[in-house]
Amino acid sequence: MTLTTMILKMGDGFGKTCAIFFLTLLFSLPLGMVVALLRMSKNRLISALTRAVISVLRGTPLMLQLLAVTYGPYYLFGISVSRNKLIPVVVAFSINYAAYFAEIYRGGIESMPVGQYEAAQVLGYTKFQTFMRIILPQVIKRILPSVTNEVVTLVKDTSMAFTVSYQEMFTIGKQIANSQTSFVPFLVAGAFYYVFNLLVDFIMGRAEKHLSYYR
Amino acid sequence: MKKLLEINHCRKSFGGLEVLKDLNISVEESQVLSIIGPSGSGKSTLLRCATLLETMDGGDLIYDGLYAARDQGGKAVYASPQELHRVRNMFGLVFQNFNLFPHYSVLKNIMEAPMLVQKRGRKEVEEEARSLLEQMGLADRADAYPYQLSGGQQQRVSIARALAMKPKILFFDEPTSALDPELTWEILRVIRMLAEEKMTMVIVTHEMAFAREVSDWVVFMNDGIIVEQGDPREVIDHPTQERTIQFLRKMSGD
Repeated sequence: MTLTTMILKMGDGFGKTCAIFFLTLLFSLPLGMVVALLRMSKNRLISALTRAVISVLRGTPLMLQLLAVTYGPYYLFGISVSRNKLIPVVVAFSINYAAYFAEIYRGGIESMPVGQYEAAQVLGYTKFQTFMRIILPQVIKRILPSVTNEVVTLVKDTSMAFTVSYQEMFTIGKQIANSQTSFVPFLVAGAFYYVFNLLVDFIMGRAEKHLSYYR
Repeated sequence: MKKLLEINHCRKSFGGLEVLKDLNISVEESQVLSIIGPSGSGKSTLLRCATLLETMDGGDLIYDGLYAARDQGGKAVYASPQELHRVRNMFGLVFQNFNLFPHYSVLKNIMEAPMLVQKRGRKEVEEEARSLLEQMGLADRADAYPYQLSGGQQQRVSIARALAMKPKILFFDEPTSALDPELTWEILRVIRMLAEEKMTMVIVTHEMAFAREVSDWVVFMNDGIIVEQGDPREVIDHPTQERTIQFLRKMSGD
């Protein structure tokens, strides 16, 4: 197999890699905020429960969670494993990343000086207005570097979908590597991820620059 | 004279510690009242109770006849959120460390609350904001961000932000304490100007000379009670209570 065919074949799977990546961000970024707010809830039970869930999600391998979400329904309830693995893959990734994003959000929100809340309260802002207009924009600026870290990790983590044989780029690369007894597909995959992450870095760098108009 | 603010039998504890002990205070329209006293005397807590940043354990809090809190059997019962929202519209607060919104320009810091909270039109609000900035000597800083300003300038912006809401009464919580000594006069000048315009003000301060000069009434607090109050020249120049004399001696560095 020539290098070009290899790249083309793996390029086919790249669309699926992108699907995991973008769908995971789409769901986990907002879900993380919900989890963060639950985690900071004044209700002790809700807070403790959320904390436990986050702890499990961060403390067990993503690979295991992928397997659990994909095959768990079959072993538990006898529901047959869906042919389209994109759904369980995205569900597992979204839940896992939401846990990480939640802790980043929480750190950012808790780092905000109480004076910002008090100033807004005295001026008559509602709690919602205070959060949306005063707190959240500043939190986003503060957490952007940590979010970039997670996004970069996500790009590479998409390769874990091979454990449930979802035909994304790495899975295809691995199959080619096996059938051709060649290491080249892995190098190609590495290059794909690296270029992808260069792009992520560039975009996040632009975003950080965009928010650097204040301190 | 119309009473704009009345606090009766205010009590407040943190943990087991009683910070405010059955305190009474009232502020009339156009009055400038200064609260002085050592740190830990409860003066900041009193201000925070008055501005609804803390809740009193017991007592009445009345703004221009409107009850924010009413004492019922020794417990302060607060009004509904809607009514408290109306009450908040009646006062402004200038913080010790400004608490400007760093992600907003100077102009937006001043304009957002009148537009968002009071639903006033942009054009009118902007005109007023610009004239307030002019008054504060900051007309050319409208588009700057807080971090680009000196402490004195930031504090003047925060005064403008409070004034843009057209408060009936304006509170200052040690407005010069976070400033370099050479910048305090900027703020004191602004407060003096507001006093001349008959703005009703309550000022917690450590600037004795200033309190003496600008206020109509001085309250000296210690250990959660009012030890002495009256005309500033009386209280500051001829204190009668031992605790006041001690405090003023320390403040003047003798």
